[in-house]
Amino acid sequence: MKTLLSSDKIAECITALADEVARQRTESTRIAIIGIRSRGEVLAKRLSAILSKKFGTEIPCGTLDITLYRDDINNPQGLSQPVVRSTEIGFDIDEKIIILVDDVLHTGRSTRAAMDALIDLGRPKAIKLAVLVERSGRELPIAADFTGIKADLPAKENVQVNFVESDGKDQVIIT
Amino acid sequence: MKKNQFIWKRKHLLGLRSLSREEIEHILDTAKGFEQISTRSIKKAPTLRGKVVVNLFFEDSTRTRNSFALAANRLSADVIEFTQKSSSVSKGETLLDTAKNLEAMGIDIVVIRHSAGGVPKFLSRNINASVVNAGDGFCEHPTQALLDTYTIREIKGSLEGLKIAIVGDIAHSRVARSDIYAMTKLGAQVILVGPPTLMPAKVEQLPVKVSYSLDDILGELDVINMLRIQFERLGSNPFPSIKEYSHYFGLTVDRMKKAKKDILVMHPGPINRGLEMESEVADGPNSVILQQVKNGLAVRMAVLFLVNQGAMMRQKIKDRRERLED
Repeated sequence: MKTLLSSDKIAECITALADEVARQRTESTRIAIIGIRSRGEVLAKRLSAILSKKFGTEIPCGTLDITLYRDDINNPQGLSQPVVRSTEIGFDIDEKIIILVDDVLHTGRSTRAAMDALIDLGRPKAIKLAVLVERSGRELPIAADFTGIKADLPAKENVQVNFVESDGKDQVIIT
Repeated sequence: MKKNQFIWKRKHLLGLRSLSREEIEHILDTAKGFEQISTRSIKKAPTLRGKVVVNLFFEDSTRTRNSFALAANRLSADVIEFTQKSSSVSKGETLLDTAKNLEAMGIDIVVIRHSAGGVPKFLSRNINASVVNAGDGFCEHPTQALLDTYTIREIKGSLEGLKIAIVGDIAHSRVARSDIYAMTKLGAQVILVGPPTLMPAKVEQLPVKVSYSLDDILGELDVINMLRIQFERLGSNPFPSIKEYSHYFGLTVDRMKKAKKDILVMHPGPINRGLEMESEVADGPNSVILQQVKNGLAVRMAVLFLVNQGAMMRQKIKDRRERLED
């Protein structure tokens, strides 16, 4: 087990992510943050809190459950089973610039599922991808627009993101 | 704080009698995630794409059959509609032959309703597809009870400690049986109400109380589920007249004055208006009858999803075992 990001570094990364998003100079009224369950949800909430402060207006934030859109839903790996939970997006995504948030970008398959799930909810003006950890190992033509930290890791290593809200402490470890 | 490590392993949903509380809660929790599909702009998810669901109904049904068909459609499965009248069954084909033939076409899930109890179980032992019971004889109607408990849970938060009356023709009601299993397993107290002639045999063996008077207990109820009088199943006269039944057991505006302000009024449909309940009550502020129908869709999506997951899980466990034996 190796620590990739400490609690302080995570805070720095998230602030930097928010700065990057803000630098896009899009009208703040059109931006909305949507986190992919479950760690992306926490990250999205933190990002939206920082951005709301920055813009001086409430940036809407929602949560997307991508289980029903996963490409391994009928061919799950190992003896695990997907758990369906709710998508909670309390605003209209039509014509919005959606900042899609996930903790780790790895194969790109979750992002693909998330984009399909979003398109079924409406027609956003654009979808941008923000991740805390962008690691190697893409299996689909997908790239992040905003990245906290990049990590070149062999496939067998696993990046685990923990947040206070969901796991009791902030850390990113490699196992 | 990882939660929900529960694994669903059932390939079939035959009834609620054999399900644990945890399994029932897992279905209800899963259904919550399916609810929003029906409210958004594109009411479809790709989850069961390429799967085939057969609606095999040997009894009339509009609500349940359409609800299952729509649930399957919203999950992108292909649906084959099978009704007795327009099929080879009317030419004398046996149930098993019908099912085997459908199976040869490569179906994944059979949703079956039959007037004889035990048919879904029989089918599940003889074909490879998943079987979902949509009502068998006087035995069970599990998805109705699941949507009933889902509706109660959604409004009341939990069933723990609630007093729930099921009123009417209990003897001929598969809904009542499934309701009793689901509601008591989730911690509610169930009271069966109706004339003695409409109580089931061996009622004392069920985990319920019995009352022959609705007025005696109405004031303490949190939920009242009014069953339909099933004229098609009632042979010899179980009560002297419809008017008399209605007088003692009908839910009237007048009678509702004795009930708690926040009582939930339920009915599995179709309603005999003016018999089980007055129209003013059926359409009144305490009625959740249309919410039941709406929730039925989410619950059935969850059931189709879960039996498919359960079938895959079973196959996987079987493959592992075989690999270990090799």
